[in-house]
Amino acid sequence: MVNYIWVGMTIIGVLFAFVNGTMAAVNQAIFSGAKEAVTLCIGLISILVFWLGMMRIAEESGLLEKLAKLFRPFISRLFPEVPSEHPAMGYILSNMIANLFGLGNAATPLGIKAMEQLKKLNGGRNFASRSMITFLAINTSSVTLIPTTVIAIRMNYHSISPTEIVVPTLIATIISAICGILIDRYFYYRRSRKG
Amino acid sequence: MEVFSLISLWFIPVLICFILLYGTIKKVATYERFVEGGKEGIAIAVSIIPFLVGMLVSISVFRASGALEFLMRIFRPTLERAGIPAEIIPLAIIRPISGTAALGMTSDLIAIHGPDSFIGRLASVLQGSTDTTFYVLTVYFGAVGIKKMGDALKVGLLADLAGIAAAIIVVVFIFGTK
Repeated sequence: MVNYIWVGMTIIGVLFAFVNGTMAAVNQAIFSGAKEAVTLCIGLISILVFWLGMMRIAEESGLLEKLAKLFRPFISRLFPEVPSEHPAMGYILSNMIANLFGLGNAATPLGIKAMEQLKKLNGGRNFASRSMITFLAINTSSVTLIPTTVIAIRMNYHSISPTEIVVPTLIATIISAICGILIDRYFYYRRSRKG
Repeated sequence: MEVFSLISLWFIPVLICFILLYGTIKKVATYERFVEGGKEGIAIAVSIIPFLVGMLVSISVFRASGALEFLMRIFRPTLERAGIPAEIIPLAIIRPISGTAALGMTSDLIAIHGPDSFIGRLASVLQGSTDTTFYVLTVYFGAVGIKKMGDALKVGLLADLAGIAAAIIVVVFIFGTK
C-alpha cells in the first residue's frame, strides 16, 4: 500500500505539473524535499544520541523495568502479545510519557527502541506485528499534556490566553487516541477472522 | 496553567538528574553506558535518511505541482456541508502528511484570523492533538526495517480522521463558533 501511495503521489504530481505548468516548482521540490529530509535526520542525530545514551543508563540501572512494572496492568491490556517483564514495555511506556509531556524529540528515540524490541518479539521478521500497529495507532494520535509549540505560536501572535487550548487539545487527543485503539482493534479482529 | 508550564520547564532537567542519580546508586558505569547508547543513535539517524528522503520528495512534488491544492478544492464542498470550515481543510489534509507544512499552515491561520478566533483556536487544537502519521510511520518502521506495514497506515489515517473530527467538535462545544 505504501508503494502505491508513494509512486502515486510522485506520478500524479508530475502529471499535474505538466497540465498546470508548475514543472519548475516540481523540479525545485524534488531537491528541496530531499534536502529537507537529510536536514531533518541530521537534526535527529543530536537528540537520538542524547536520549538513547540516557535511556541506556535507565535500562542498565533497572529504571525502565520499574516503570514498566508500575503501569503493567494498564499497558498489558493494550499489548496482550508483549510479556509484561519484556523491555519493550519499558520503552513503550517511556515513549508514551515523553509524548504526554510534549517531548516529541525524546519520544522518537524511545519509540524506535520500542519498535526494535517489538520486532525482536516478532522473531525479527520484516512485517508489522499486531503490537507494532497498536503502538503506531497510539503514537499517531499523540496524547499531549502541553502542546508547547502551539502555545508558543499563540504567544507570538499576542493571544489573550495562549494556554486556553490546553484542555480542549487534551480532550480531543484523548478522544482520538481512544478511536485509534478501537480502529486498531477492529482491524485486528478483521485480520484474525480471515485467518 | 502556570503549573503546566512549570512542569514542562522542569521535566527534562529533573528527569535527567533522576536517571543519572539512580544509575549512580545502582553502580552503573553511567558515562560509558551513555556513550554506548549514544552510538546507537547515530546509526539509527543515518539509517532513516533514505526512508525520509523518499517520502519527503514524493510529498514535496505532490504539493509543489498544485495537485494537493486541487485535491482540496474537490473535497471542499463535501467537507463544508459536513460543517468543517473551509479555512481549516488544507491544514486537516496536510497534518498527517507533512509536519513542517502543517506547522507553517497553523501559524499562517493564527496570523490571519487571530489566535483567539474560532479558526485560530481550531487550528491550534488540531495542530496539538494530531501527529504526522506518515513521518511516524516512516521513521519508526524505517529505523527497524519493517517492510510490510500491514494495516498500520490505514489505522493511522483513520485515527487522524477521528482526531480532526474530535478537534472540531471539542472547539465548537467549548468556545462556540465565534
